[in-house]
Parts: sequence; C-alpha cells; structure tokens
Amino acid sequence: MARVSLTVNGVGYTEEVEPRLLLVHLIRDKLGLTGTHVGCDTSNCGACTLHLDGQAVKSCTVLAVQCDGSEVTTIEGIGAEDALHPLQQAFWAKHGLQCGYCTPGMIMAAADLIARNADPSDEDIREALAGNLCRCTGYQNIVKAVRAAAGEMSTASAQPSREEVTA
Amino acid sequence: MIPAAFEYVAPQSLDEALAALRDGGEDAKVLAGGHSLIPLMKLRLAAPSLLVDLRRVPGLSGIRREDGAWRIGAMTSHYEVVGGGLGLASTAAGTIADPQVRYRGTLGGSLAHGDPASDMPAVLLAAEGAVTIRGEAGQREVAAADLFEDFLTTAVGEGEILTEVRLPALEGYGFGYEKFNRRKEDWAMVAVCALVKKGADGSCEDVRIGLTHMGTTPLRATATEQALRGQPLDAEHIRAAAEQAAEGTDPPTDLNATADYKRHLARVLCRRALEQASS
Amino acid sequence: MGAPGAEAAEKTESGGNGYVGRSLKRKEDPRLITGGATYTDDMVLPGTLYAAIVRSPEPHAKILSIDTEAASQMPGVQAVFTDEDMADMAAPCPMVFVPPGVEMRVPDHWPLARGKVGYVGQAVAVVLGTDKYSVVDAAGQVVVDYDPLPVVTDPEKALEAGSPIIHDEFGTNTVFEWSLPGGDVAAAFRDADVVVEKRIVNHRTAGAAIEPRSFLAQWREGKLTLWSSTQIPHICRVILSIQLGITEEKIRVVAPEVGGGFGSKLQVYGEEVLACWCARKTGRPVKYTATRSEEMLVTHHGRDQIDYVKIGAKRDGKLTGIHARIIQDCGAYHLIEGPVIPTFSACVISGCYDFPAVQTDIVGVFTNKFTTDAIRGAGRPEATHFIELTMDALAEELGMDPLELRRKNFITEFPNERPHGFIYDSGNYHGTLDKCLEKLDLEGFRREQAELRERGVFRGVGFSTYVEICGLGPSRALGPEGWGMQGGYFESAQVRVLPTGAVTAYTGVSPHGQGHETGFAQIVADRVGVAPDVVEVIHGDTNTGPFGKNTYGSRSLAVGGEAIARAAEKIQDKARRIVAHKMEAAPEDIELSDGKFQVRGSPGKAMTLAEVAGEAYIPADLPDGMEAGLDEICFFDPPNFVWPFGAHACVTEVDVETGRVDVVRYVAVDDCGPAINPLLIEGQIHGGIVHALGQALYEQLVYDSEGQLITGTFVDYALPSAADVPSFETDRTETPTPTNTLGVKGVGEAATIACSPAVVASVVDALRPLGVTHVDMPLTPMRIWEAIQAAQGSAGPNGGGAS
Repeated sequence: MARVSLTVNGVGYTEEVEPRLLLVHLIRDKLGLTGTHVGCDTSNCGACTLHLDGQAVKSCTVLAVQCDGSEVTTIEGIGAEDALHPLQQAFWAKHGLQCGYCTPGMIMAAADLIARNADPSDEDIREALAGNLCRCTGYQNIVKAVRAAAGEMSTASAQPSREEVTA
Repeated sequence: MIPAAFEYVAPQSLDEALAALRDGGEDAKVLAGGHSLIPLMKLRLAAPSLLVDLRRVPGLSGIRREDGAWRIGAMTSHYEVVGGGLGLASTAAGTIADPQVRYRGTLGGSLAHGDPASDMPAVLLAAEGAVTIRGEAGQREVAAADLFEDFLTTAVGEGEILTEVRLPALEGYGFGYEKFNRRKEDWAMVAVCALVKKGADGSCEDVRIGLTHMGTTPLRATATEQALRGQPLDAEHIRAAAEQAAEGTDPPTDLNATADYKRHLARVLCRRALEQASS
Repeated sequence: MGAPGAEAAEKTESGGNGYVGRSLKRKEDPRLITGGATYTDDMVLPGTLYAAIVRSPEPHAKILSIDTEAASQMPGVQAVFTDEDMADMAAPCPMVFVPPGVEMRVPDHWPLARGKVGYVGQAVAVVLGTDKYSVVDAAGQVVVDYDPLPVVTDPEKALEAGSPIIHDEFGTNTVFEWSLPGGDVAAAFRDADVVVEKRIVNHRTAGAAIEPRSFLAQWREGKLTLWSSTQIPHICRVILSIQLGITEEKIRVVAPEVGGGFGSKLQVYGEEVLACWCARKTGRPVKYTATRSEEMLVTHHGRDQIDYVKIGAKRDGKLTGIHARIIQDCGAYHLIEGPVIPTFSACVISGCYDFPAVQTDIVGVFTNKFTTDAIRGAGRPEATHFIELTMDALAEELGMDPLELRRKNFITEFPNERPHGFIYDSGNYHGTLDKCLEKLDLEGFRREQAELRERGVFRGVGFSTYVEICGLGPSRALGPEGWGMQGGYFESAQVRVLPTGAVTAYTGVSPHGQGHETGFAQIVADRVGVAPDVVEVIHGDTNTGPFGKNTYGSRSLAVGGEAIARAAEKIQDKARRIVAHKMEAAPEDIELSDGKFQVRGSPGKAMTLAEVAGEAYIPADLPDGMEAGLDEICFFDPPNFVWPFGAHACVTEVDVETGRVDVVRYVAVDDCGPAINPLLIEGQIHGGIVHALGQALYEQLVYDSEGQLITGTFVDYALPSAADVPSFETDRTETPTPTNTLGVKGVGEAATIACSPAVVASVVDALRPLGVTHVDMPLTPMRIWEAIQAAQGSAGPNGGGAS
C-alpha cells in the first residue's frame, strides 16, 4: 500500500491505496465523487476526464499514486446546480447532452480548451474534443455549447472563474 | 479493466531511480507519462512487478538550445513539445492522440517504448537525433539510427533510463508531416515526415525522410532521399522520387491496411510531405 | 398477418398554455451537467460483492472441466460459481419471437455456459468478492479445460452442407425461415422491362452506449431488487421471474440514470440474471459492471445481414416489384428477440414507393459469434440501405435521374395499404424531398462538382428518401397471433394531481437520454393547466406507476406520450366536472385557458388546478357519485404503427489517391409529425446521423475466421469523435398521423435509418468517372482505394480529371 495526499475540489485527502489503484477509482469509489465516469479501457472515450494540476487528463490512465501532492478538479468542483459554470449553462441551453454519461468529461475537456484558447473556432473545438466520445448528440450541439460558453466567459473575464475560486 | 498488482516507487534522484531499477530486476519498468504503459497494464498485456516513477527526479523536463540542437528532457510532455517551436517535432507531436494524452505522454517515454506506429520515433530518426541513456555504469549517447531495434524494443537496456533527447535544429530545412489515420485520435496507419534543405539554386541540398508504421521500427526512405538529393525540387522530381518511398519496406498488415496499401500510402504521403517541405 | 387500419383517433383539445411545440430546456439536465446524476455503477450497498466473470477464449468448444479451487483460495474471494451450482434456475433465456407456423430454433442459453461454449466471451464462471480489483485477479486463476470444435463464422458458409453444426440438437445452422410476400411477385418480375439485382453486405456493428452495462442486485427479506442500466425494467422483471422462478411481485427492477442504449440495453443479459441469482445465493448485494472490452464482446451486436435484392421496373421507370432475400447472422445463441430484427426490414420493403408486389424471404443463421439483436433502427437501416442503393442502380440502368425515378414512384395517397398488408398512416414524400433540395441547391452542386473534377477533386452527392415503421405497436399486429411476439405493445401512464396542484406523471416508458421528463411534462402541462416545472415525470421503476412496455423502436412518444396525454385528459375531464359543479355551470362550458378552468365567457368564474385539487382531496362538495382524488390511468394500444419519413442528402469528397472519404455537407429533412419539443427532435436527428455515419465510414465489428473478435476495444472499433464528423443542416415538415391524438411519430431512429445509403451513394457518385459502381460499408480508405483499383484495372487511378 502507498499513501497518497491530494486535494480534490479544494478539499484535502490522505488515502492508503494499492499502487495499481486508478485515479478514477480513487475519485469515484473512495472519495464518492461519481460525476467522473468510466466508458472504456483504452483512454479513447474521455468520460473520465478531469483536471490534474490544471490540465485535462484521462483519469483511467493515471495511477492514484502518481497524484501525490496534486490538485484535482472534477465536474463537481467547477459548478453546482445553483451556481452553474458557463459551460454547464451552455450545455444545458444548447441541448449539448442527452444521456449525460459523457457530459462531465466533455465539459472538463472543453474547460481546458477555453483556458488555452479563449476564442476557439468550431474546428478548434472539434479537434480539442477528439478524445471524448459521445454516442447521443452527434456533437453538433456540443460544439455550439462550447462556443457559446467561450463567448460568455470572455465577456465575463473581468471576474475570476469559479474554478479559480474553488481550486 | 485494472492492472495486475505491482510495487511502486517515486525516487528523488536519478541514482535512486537506477538503484530501484537494479533491485527490481527484469520485471521492473520505468514510468514516465504512463500513456503507453498503463493501457497495456490494464489490458494485462504488460505486468511489471515494479514501477519506478520518474516524476520526482529533477532535471528531466524542459527544452533548451545547445550547439545547434534542441536538448529536450525525457519527461517533457508532448504538449510542451507542441508549444516548443521545434518545427517538425512540434507539428508531429500535435497530431498525437488527443489533448489529454498530449499533457501526460512524454517524448522520452514514447521513444523508449519504440512503437513503430507512434509519431516521434520517425521524427527523431529523420532528424538524425540521438538520446542519452543513463545506467549505473554511466551514460551513453545513442543515435536514433541505433535506438530502434525491433517492435517495442529499443537500445534502452534493463536497468537503464532514457534521460534526454538531442534533436538537431536543422536551421534552413523546410519540413512536411503527413499522417494518415482513420480518426483524429488514432495511431498512424502510415505517416511520413520530410526535412528538405534547398540549395541556393533551388535544388535539393539535403533531404531526410522518416516513415512511421512501415515496419517493426521507424524507417528512413533512403531510396527516395538518394533519388532527390541534388535534383530540382519540382513536382516531377518529387513525384518520381516519392515513388521509391516504400522500397525495401515490409509493413505489417493490420485491420485497416494491407502491406500493399501501406506501401501505396507511403508513396502518396511521401510526395505530399516533400511538397510541403520544399514549398 | 396484416396490420389494423389507421383508425382516426378522436382528437381532443390541448387547450392549455402552449408548452407543446416549444424548445424548452430539459428538466433532466441540471443533475447531468453537475455530476449529480446516479447511474447504476455509482451505487453501492453495504456488504456489496463484486462479480468478475470468467469468459471463454474459445469460439466453439466442449467444456471438459472447470477448476475453481485456486480462485476460491484468493484473498477476498467469497465464492466462485459455475453452471453446476445453478441447478435451481427455472428456465434459460426466453426468446419471445415465435411467428405462427414457423419453426423457430431456440438453443438453451444459460447465464453460465452449460457443457459447451458457442462464442468467444461466453460466461463460464463467476467470482464474487469484496474488492473489485482482487476478483479480477481471482477470475484469472479459474482453470477451464476446453475441447475445441470446428468453427464457422460466415453465415453463408454456415448454411452450406458440411458446415460445422453449432447446435447438434437441431442438425442445422438454420434458425428459421420466413417469407413475407404481398402481391404477385412472379408476375412483377415477368412483366418488368428491366430488373436490377444487388448483393449488399450490411456489416456487424455495436450499439456502443458510452455507459457500459451495470447491474446491482439485492436480495433482502425474501425480495429481489435489481438496479439495472436497462431500457426495459418492466420486461426485465417478467423475464427474471421466468428464469429465476420467483413470482413477479417479489421482484423490483429499477432503471436509474441510464447512459444511452441504442437498443443494446433493450435486453435481459445473462449477467443481469446471474447478479440476481448470486444475490439470492449469497444473501449479499452483488454488482457487476462490464468493462468496455466485455461490452464489445458480449453486449448484443447489430445488423450483420447479407441482402440479395432485386427490383423490377418498366422502361419508363414505373416499378413493378421488389424482392429481398435476407440472410441474418444471429450468432450462436439468442437473447430475448434477435431473430425478429429482419422482420422490421420486411415491413419497410416497399420504401416510399408504390410497388405493386413485394416479397421478403428471411433466413436466420447460427454462427460462432455473439448474438445480434436490436440496435438503433433494427432492420430498417438495412432495408433502407438496400432499397435506396438498388433504386440508384435501377436509375443508372434506365438512364434516368435517381430523384426522378423516386418521384415517379412516390406514394402520394394516404392512408395507403401496401401489398404485404401494412398501412402507411400519412406522408408527404415530395414535400420532404422538395425542402431537402431547396437547402442543397443541387444544380449549384452539379456545377461545382464538374469544376472540381477538372482539378482532380472528386465530390459526389447521394440521396436517401426513406420511410420507417415505428411506434411499436398495435398488439394485434405484433402479438402472438400476428408476428408472434409473445407480449403486448401498449403503453401505460398515470397522472396524479397532488393536493397542492403539483403533478406527478408516471410513464411505462424508460428513457435513457431522450428527454421524456421534459417532453412528457410539456404534454401534461398543457392538458391540466400548469407549468412543466411542476410536472414531475417518474419512470423506470417497476414499483411505481402501472405496468409498462418501456423504451425501444421509437415508441415512447407515439405510444407512451399518447398514453400520458390521454391520462392527462381524463384529469382535465374530471377537473371540468368539479369546476362546473362549483360554478353551477355545465361541464362542456368549462374551458382551460391561461392555466385556469373557467366558465366560457366569464373569466372571473375560474379555478386553478390547485383549487380543483383542493376540492378533490377534501371531498366535502363533489358532484354526486364522483370519487375523491385526482389521479387517472390510461393504457394506450395504438390502432396502427406510425410511419415517419424524410429525405437526406450527403455530399462527400473522396481523396482518390488515398481513398479517404470526408463528408462535406449533410442535409436532412425529416417528418415525425408535429413537434412536442423541436430541440429534442434536432438532437435525435444529429445523433442518428452520426450513428449511421459511424457505420458507413468507421465502425465494424470484425471476427476472424477462427472466431476471435479483433475489434475488441475502442482502439479498433472506430467510434467517430467530434473531430471526425461535420455539422449538419436539418429541417422538418410536419404531417400528423391519425394513429394518435398528438399526431406524432417517432424520431429516435429515423436519421440512422435514413443516412447510410446517402453516404454510399455520394461516394459512388463521386467515383462514377473512375468506374466505381458499388462499395460495401464501412467505406474505409483501403476499401475505397481497392474499389478504385479494381474499377481502373491494375493501372490504378491517375487522379486526373477524366470524366
């Protein structure tokens, strides 16, 4: 067993884990944050995407022990039903989700894109989401939602984002 | 899917890491970004008994310029390579999988893994770069041409760590990168990278071409290079030279491509990469 | 057989606040976008045992022995079970499709293999333990000794004499043979001036919902509760009762949040039954969640037809008849209904066209592969694909424009009885095609196409004009005496106005992404005079609301939505009578307007639903004989199916050097009747198109000749991402159906049914100058390149602008 200390959505945790424990299972099974999903075995689908030290990663391909001392933000950490992140707002407004299973990973990948590129084109958005699979939406409304959220966030950029507040 | 059990250490220095590898024996593996290794472990196609994580070892990350070459720490992520202004290497790294993978995957990890379908091995080969390999006995520099030995087999030996990559800056070379895959996220079915130096008269002073997924290791398109060197860089000469791109290759047939089709792709992509590189 | 007539249902007024028809944001979304939703794998119960399954690496073998000793000794392992431990199972998986007069071969399919295995991945043993990691290690320690048998994976070879036989008890690999004729087909081809024939392979695909299947079973106080990622909780309960021998009232099945289905969760899987059996056996909650690799292997597959199609026509293009022989690869065993799928191909064999004679001959075949069953469209995409591509081939043969050929034969009179007895409810096939062409600008495209060809750029356009059958369905047509489905296909609803005037609406359908909580709330809101915010739609739990038939076959709105509308109208009727009583007016003079029940012409004399509910639940002054409460149930069994339709156009560009196909434009005009929520329709169309683009261009489940699945992960099974597909141009027309009072048809499968022939036709159009006339899906670069090579002879394409 190994000891891992990390901060998730602003809360510190120390856990004794098997070295083989995947980050996604630490987050879901030990910390009970089930908004991060598992959809494949091979780092293709992106349903498990969260932010590790400020970067979008696939948490099914990261060992929990690799995250000792790290900061993690999950879908639960970027907004809440009464204080939605602009991306959450936009996915809702543009019908960017159906079954919702890929949605947390999509939103976390999109948030990472907007952090790097405040004004992404449709092509930028599609490229940035190449590692996130959705079977329901056909992606068109997801692209629309990300573009809308980017616009919303750049007009509101004078204020700190929720992620900065909570992280 | 979950990996089989293993031991894990995250040493604070290269010497500690090398000692850990020695103690771990033949089933010990170095962990860099883990984006080649962990998927294999989850599918139980790899089952190391010990992982030696390099994340805490100082000095293995970053890009600096030295003596006409880039020196890139082995733990430098693909994402950093993309943003590093490294020409061909940055362009090629930008096509690896997806953004999440590029944040975690490392240049050194990709080269040490030696997957002939990966983007960076052929780039290093074409650029005639080299890697630094550290063992307990000391360090050695291995040229790209000697690094890739066979499918998933490199000159990085048991108990050794690839620490640094030397990539010649190749000032004055144009480059082209043509990657052919089914989906953006996929490995290359075939990829061709080309580096071309134009002489004052517009002819080809030097050309280096790397082939991805055309054999068990990355390859150079030597026949094409020879055919083009010293020739005018016009469409006709490029086309004729590119016809020889697959010469001497024995590409593995897979689900998406027969050997014949891959050879055909190599010729087409080589022409396109040369056109880009010489434009 | 024949379907019942399209009886015009009595249309009542919605009369409410006009929520129907509006693109309201979904009520479901706040929990989904915040990570607050609960999918099955998100749940744990105290004492839960995790199940890991030992699966066969052999496609066809006798099981000589299974040694579980080492696995049982592993730390944390509670139990290891094999089929030998399961003698108390009451029945194998029931297969519910038994057409009258047809011999249907149904091999016993048990949760764990009994004596032999017939496909790679077949479950052989289960390991239960307290830690989900260590049970996987232990499963690796179960030793199974197999005696391999000869393997057959090609369905046509499986039908040949001398093929290995998969089930000795049948002595044949034929599952069943069924012919569905209508009209004089022999005469149709005798009288035709032109007959075109094609062989079209419609390859095997995966549903590939992003949520893998997950089951959590609990046995407590003599009762079973199963939380399941299922589309069909009510049907699941019936089947669990049959297989486990437990009476139904002791079983509760809950479908919590379900992460997509596409037909793949229209199933009761062996692992689902096994989890329940293990929970009863051990007295502990048992959870099984599939990995993606397991999903690819043993979540039912779709398509896998070989279609021999023949269309006859007069020289002027007037169609005389169509015949299809469908070879359906059923895999080695059935699950609940797989063999019915090609029947759905037969239903739409006439397409949008006035064929005077039609015939479909179906043969189902056992192979050493996993089961095929319903995947989005289920039989109808296959039919549309072969009809539309054969129509194109006919146009080519006649030297006629393919759209002119279509228009010449479009059905224009509705209702319209087809030769095989099905009655098309309503349609306007010229209308959707007109609108599609308006958006496309075909003339402009043809000019551009010619210019581009001059420069060696190959673009093409392809069309698909389709009709589909959905809204399953009239029980008389589908049931035991009709097609032979052993069940009814009504839907149920219960609308309960609570004492404060808020509304709970129970539906028998079981959504998994479609947005029924929103759309159904809009329907109810208009009918009872409240806002959708205060209408909570409850679904997916056998312990709440009436018995339902769940969600598949684009039935939820046309059958379940109609049921909920009718239940809401019963509420409206009762409310009217209460208001009339209080206001001393006649019930027929009470109108619902602006959210109030008011006396016509006297806006001051009005009651809100909350006030009516107060009267109903404090029944001090109700009309004589009226029961207290405001709670109504409806069971709706539709008089006919519904028949959505539309026209799709696809423009692709082919890199003739590499064979790569890129979709440049895609125009879809669909008609599913009047919209309840246009936003939801648009979402279904987008997703449906990409599902079919996936099949047309990227996805294929490939077994090698030894029976190994070689596309067993998302690395090789190429689900397209956002970076691989374009945006689409969509539009609609609205032609109501007389089959239900809402006038609505289904839309969940429409675009998937429509799309694939348009893609293939566009590629054929692009490559026409190079001589390519046919390519089977998926249109992989290598396949396109090889088709060009073959058409050009060994010289290969010159890539020039020859035309």
